[in-house]
Amino acid sequence: MSKMHIKMTVNGQKKELLSEPRQLLIHVLREELGLTGPHIGCETSHCGACTVEMNGKSVKSCTVFAAQADGAEVTTIEGLGNPDGLHVLQEMFKEHHGLQCGFCTPGMITRAHRLLQENPNPTEEEVRFGMAGNLCRCTGYQNIVKAILAAAAEMNSAKEAAQ
Amino acid sequence: MIPSAFEYHRPADVASAVKLLAELGDDARVLAGGHSLIPMMKLRMAELEHLVDLQAVAELKAISVEDGTVSLGAMVTQHDLIDSEELFRAAPILRETALQIADPQVRYMGTIGGNVANGDPGNDMPGLMQCLGATYVLEGPEGRREVAARDFYEAAYMTDRADDEILVQVRFAATTGGYAYEKQKRKIGDYATAAAAVLIEAEGGTVTRASIAMTNVSDTPVWSEAAADALTGTTCDDAALQAAVDAMLADIDPQEDNRGPIEFKRHLAGVILQRAIARAFQRA
Amino acid sequence: MKDFDDREERVGKLKGLGCARKRVEDARFTQGKGNYVDDVKLPGMLFGDFVRSPYAHARIKSIDATAALELPGVIAVLTAEDLKPLNLHWMPTLAGDKQMVLADGKVLFQGQEVAFVVAEDRYIAADAIELVEVDYEDLPVIVDPFEALTTDVVLREDLDTSEPGAHGPRKHHNHIFLWEEGDKTATEQAIESSEVVAEEMVYYHRTHPCPLETCGCVASMDKVNGKLTLWGTFQAPHVVRTVASLLSGIAEHDIRVISPDIGGGFGNKVGVYPGYVCAIVASIVTGKPVKWIEDRMDNLMATAFARDYWMKGRISATKEGKITGLHCHVTADHGAFDACADPTKFPAGFFHICTGSYDIPVAYVGVDGVYTNKAPGGVAYRCSFRVTEAAYFIERMIEVLAIELNMDAAELRRINFIRADQFPYHSALGWEYDSGDYHTAWDKALAAVDYEGLRKEQAERVEAFKRGETRTLLGIGLTHFTEIVGAGPVKNCDILGMGMFDSCEIRIHPTGSATARLGTISQGQGHATTFGQILASEIGISSDNITIEEGDTDTAPYGLGTYGSRSTPVAGAAAAMAGRKIRAKAQMIAAYLLEVHDGDLEWDIDRFVVKGAPDRFKTMTEIAYAAYNQAIPGLEPGLEAVSYYDPPNMTYPFGAYICVMEIDVDTGEHKIRQFYALDDCGTRINPMVIEGQVHGGLTEALAIAMGQEIAYDDLGNCKTGTLMDFFLPTAVETPHYTTDHTETPSPHHPIGAKGVGESPNVGGVPAFSNAVHDAFRAFGLRQSHMPHDHWRVWKIAHDLGLHG
Ligand SMILES: Cc1cc2nc3c(=O)[nH]c(=O)nc-3n(C[C@H](O)[C@H](O)[C@H](O)COP(=O)(O)OP(=O)(O)OC[C@H]3O[C@@H](n4cnc5c(N)ncnc54)[C@H](O)[C@@H]3O)c2cc1C
Ligand code: FES
Ligand code: FES
Repeated sequence: MSKMHIKMTVNGQKKELLSEPRQLLIHVLREELGLTGPHIGCETSHCGACTVEMNGKSVKSCTVFAAQADGAEVTTIEGLGNPDGLHVLQEMFKEHHGLQCGFCTPGMITRAHRLLQENPNPTEEEVRFGMAGNLCRCTGYQNIVKAILAAAAEMNSAKEAAQ
Repeated sequence: MIPSAFEYHRPADVASAVKLLAELGDDARVLAGGHSLIPMMKLRMAELEHLVDLQAVAELKAISVEDGTVSLGAMVTQHDLIDSEELFRAAPILRETALQIADPQVRYMGTIGGNVANGDPGNDMPGLMQCLGATYVLEGPEGRREVAARDFYEAAYMTDRADDEILVQVRFAATTGGYAYEKQKRKIGDYATAAAAVLIEAEGGTVTRASIAMTNVSDTPVWSEAAADALTGTTCDDAALQAAVDAMLADIDPQEDNRGPIEFKRHLAGVILQRAIARAFQRA
Repeated sequence: MKDFDDREERVGKLKGLGCARKRVEDARFTQGKGNYVDDVKLPGMLFGDFVRSPYAHARIKSIDATAALELPGVIAVLTAEDLKPLNLHWMPTLAGDKQMVLADGKVLFQGQEVAFVVAEDRYIAADAIELVEVDYEDLPVIVDPFEALTTDVVLREDLDTSEPGAHGPRKHHNHIFLWEEGDKTATEQAIESSEVVAEEMVYYHRTHPCPLETCGCVASMDKVNGKLTLWGTFQAPHVVRTVASLLSGIAEHDIRVISPDIGGGFGNKVGVYPGYVCAIVASIVTGKPVKWIEDRMDNLMATAFARDYWMKGRISATKEGKITGLHCHVTADHGAFDACADPTKFPAGFFHICTGSYDIPVAYVGVDGVYTNKAPGGVAYRCSFRVTEAAYFIERMIEVLAIELNMDAAELRRINFIRADQFPYHSALGWEYDSGDYHTAWDKALAAVDYEGLRKEQAERVEAFKRGETRTLLGIGLTHFTEIVGAGPVKNCDILGMGMFDSCEIRIHPTGSATARLGTISQGQGHATTFGQILASEIGISSDNITIEEGDTDTAPYGLGTYGSRSTPVAGAAAAMAGRKIRAKAQMIAAYLLEVHDGDLEWDIDRFVVKGAPDRFKTMTEIAYAAYNQAIPGLEPGLEAVSYYDPPNMTYPFGAYICVMEIDVDTGEHKIRQFYALDDCGTRINPMVIEGQVHGGLTEALAIAMGQEIAYDDLGNCKTGTLMDFFLPTAVETPHYTTDHTETPSPHHPIGAKGVGESPNVGGVPAFSNAVHDAFRAFGLRQSHMPHDHWRVWKIAHDLGLHG
């Protein structure tokens, strides 16, 4: 089958590539664009290891075709921090031991990033519910939840300070 | 888990989408959020030559509540259903149901149209739509037609929709009174072991109107008029509850799977239904 | 006191033992800069994928790859016939059996590897798989291990029943071994003459480690220089190198095995899989690098499962509850090939730790290994070899005995614990427990949860239930477990003949920083952090200035890898011992520099100080520099050390866990109200890492006890091949845990550490399961098999007549 021309903005940069429509977004990111932060854990949209942000939504990129992402704005874990250092969420995951093998971590942080944009002041229960699309086999979530709550507090106090 | 190859189309309006479907025939399928279709394609349980993606069809994303009628474009996502305060005021059971579907990522992508058109008995929206007495608007080469959600489902993955028709809109009356969507599942991300949608209107402690449907206890959603009748005119006492459950149990036909044997599912259906009724009545 | 302040500051800077040092790995991982095997990308790399059997037992009549080979982008399709000339169509397993690499004449389980398709990318490979035509003739399927031992159906036609297997005689064509330990006659006599006997079949169902990253590898054969490089998800890279060399005939020094970052292992990544062999062969054949990455279904259906033990137990006691004997017979379902990853002499692993935390005078275990038409495996899923089975068995038997005695289960445990003054303790089944203080841990745990209060509440709940006021019951799940980890003494533990030592090599650089390499490999345990801490305390260099490297066989010293909680007990000890060698030489250098005798110096955190003259000292930084820039009479230049550590004994971590669970009798749902976990893992290297290990292990235990299983239908179809059906809890199903500890160091380990990674799985499963059982104890439940998912819990209530 023929390939199609696909344009995307990925982590703020315009990308163009030729892809089979069926290629999955996760493979486009990992194989074509060299963004190996998002991982593949289940391929059936259960684990969330492949989570990226697409047009302001958290999506499981193993369940999005390249063709669907044509024209989209995509942010991966690689696009979260800045050259000067880690994003607050990345800092807090480190600080609170929110990761072990690190395989789920990029998806977790990318998802948490969106969650905190939609709900800057979540309760523990809301964090657990909002993160339920991301599986972790190592941490038992307790420290992930702690890290996200800490990041929320940090981001809120930074916001207050700025005002 | 790699799907087989296909050609991709992204029409900008319903008419072009319908035209594509008509031209491409059997080999084409509509793609909405893709969160039922793509997993099937990756397991190669579905192999298609053409996908017609509806994401660019702006008119399918509209939400409106006018004169007591709720209209949802087919491409309204589950996340939109949860997010909209307007919808929450018009029919709060929508949010309660949508929150029990899958997880945040899936809800951002999954659409109401895909959920009701899919025909999977595990989908939650079809039962809810039957409970709400919703109407589906379909558009095909011959124009638009309307079908009642209660008449739409024929068997698992078999619906009244013709291959060249697109489900464009879901419409139902705003609700008043009490509501509940009660669902048991094994974990987040699982489909229902059993789920019940219940709407109850009451006056002075007596049920004046009820509507009851269940999910994943047959190869189609089950709306039971008899179960609703069993409640009407009662104070929702134990006897009425039991009568409603008995009526529903007469209509369901659950199958054994990893969620459990038939005996369990039948018992559970009764328990879930009772709880849904009790909660809806309490809110009425 | 200025002096004191200075010392505290120096200890702080060291970031050594006992501090909650933040992990050095995390900056990389949180930015998506990890390097896992699927991230490895080489020029010209091909992708390999398997045609797998849809049948559980079938003869292969023909394989036709013509259409597949015609597909553009397909390079090769390998079958058993292609591997035969290389004698690679079968391979040895770690358990002394052999296993088909590609189906040789027949298939023995669903998902078995039948042909290996090599293509330019994974999309083409997936399309080609559909085009390979295999003609099967189905054979009768045996999924029940008890039936396997009586049926005429022969699963392993390649074996001759009259010949003994790797572990002695086989009594039936589907029998693998009988392994026994303990005094059978004395045990039977003790039980028969006891006042109280409880008997029960305890089943620990088949499950799977299911790390978030599946297994995979990249094989790259460089034909010009004859070197093979293999990247892969290997928990034991050196063992893989040795096996690869033995199988392929390539000299071991020409093979380089690299375990990059690993996305969790939990035992799944210990063994050698057909995918590795096929990728190597394909790379040799094509002259190009070949990648093989499983998908999740392949992982759950074909790579190593865990458990599947049918444990028939008898336990006896006096009327007062003092245990007098324990008898256990296990029917162990090993699937189609015996591919258990156990030390060679232990075909049932360390199952004979099944006397648990109790002083049991006499005991016997016998384990019959059996072939069935299921996937091979039998790995230690976040536990030491078969230790979780053993702990589950004894902790269930104790509960059943408590019922028989009509006694409180906490009290029954207390009566029978090995007392602190009995250590080192020789168990009836031959182990020497190194250290422990069970009573202290137990009392602390019971007090922490207000055990008596809980029992009162439970009794009230039962009454309320009987009066029809509630439909939920309260379960209190108790466990006191004793683990055995840190395999192991080379004298009785080996894998494929390789003694289970481990190793560490340290180089101190002239400017006072260090690089240490070990034979283990982290899969999330944070070795780069914790081994640095051990060394920091030993050699007085801040852990921030020590780089830990693992996983590359070209640079790391030989080691047996990471599983069975062995890294801290064995490699951690090797690190400490190598550190001590460094310090010994450093002392000589310091003595020279300070112009005193060695014996006049004492070690002080990060320096050697002249005794009685605190202002005369040399820091490790100064010593390191001197080691390279001064000619010291009688000493070689440089500062390096290597240690290969052969532990004198295993270590025996223990713990007390209590789970409080609400159970909805009508729906079978549960809610964990409280979970208290007290662990004693000896010396605590990094409390933050320990706590993280406990949270994770408990969550895996929760999954196993409450829903996770690899289930088959009668035709041998795997019913749980995706994460829809194979239960991994999300943050919503996972409770909040309370962790606690006591600290009883191991007397034989250089720093007293015992290892913790697997305790929460070993102790967690019985705690969750006992909570379910306990909720129904008042209504007469004795035993119900895991997993305790909704319908099975509902069934318990139903069978007890609780649904009216
Ligand atoms: C992990 C996971 C868990 C889930 N759990 C649940 C759950 O608990 N309950 C639940 O209800 N759902 C669940 N889903 C399904 C999810 O809600 C789907 O998104 C939804 O069922 C389908 O919506 P979609 O927009 O993704 O449709 P698609 O997958 O794009 O389409 C589904 C089918 O409907 C057809 N179709 C789509 N739109 C139209 C249209 N407008 N006109 C005609 N035909 C159309 C398609 O051709 C296709 O055959 C789950 C999905 C996942 C991945
Ligand atoms: S790989 Fe996409 S959700 Fe698991
Ligand atoms: S840290 Fe290993 S899966 Fe989450």
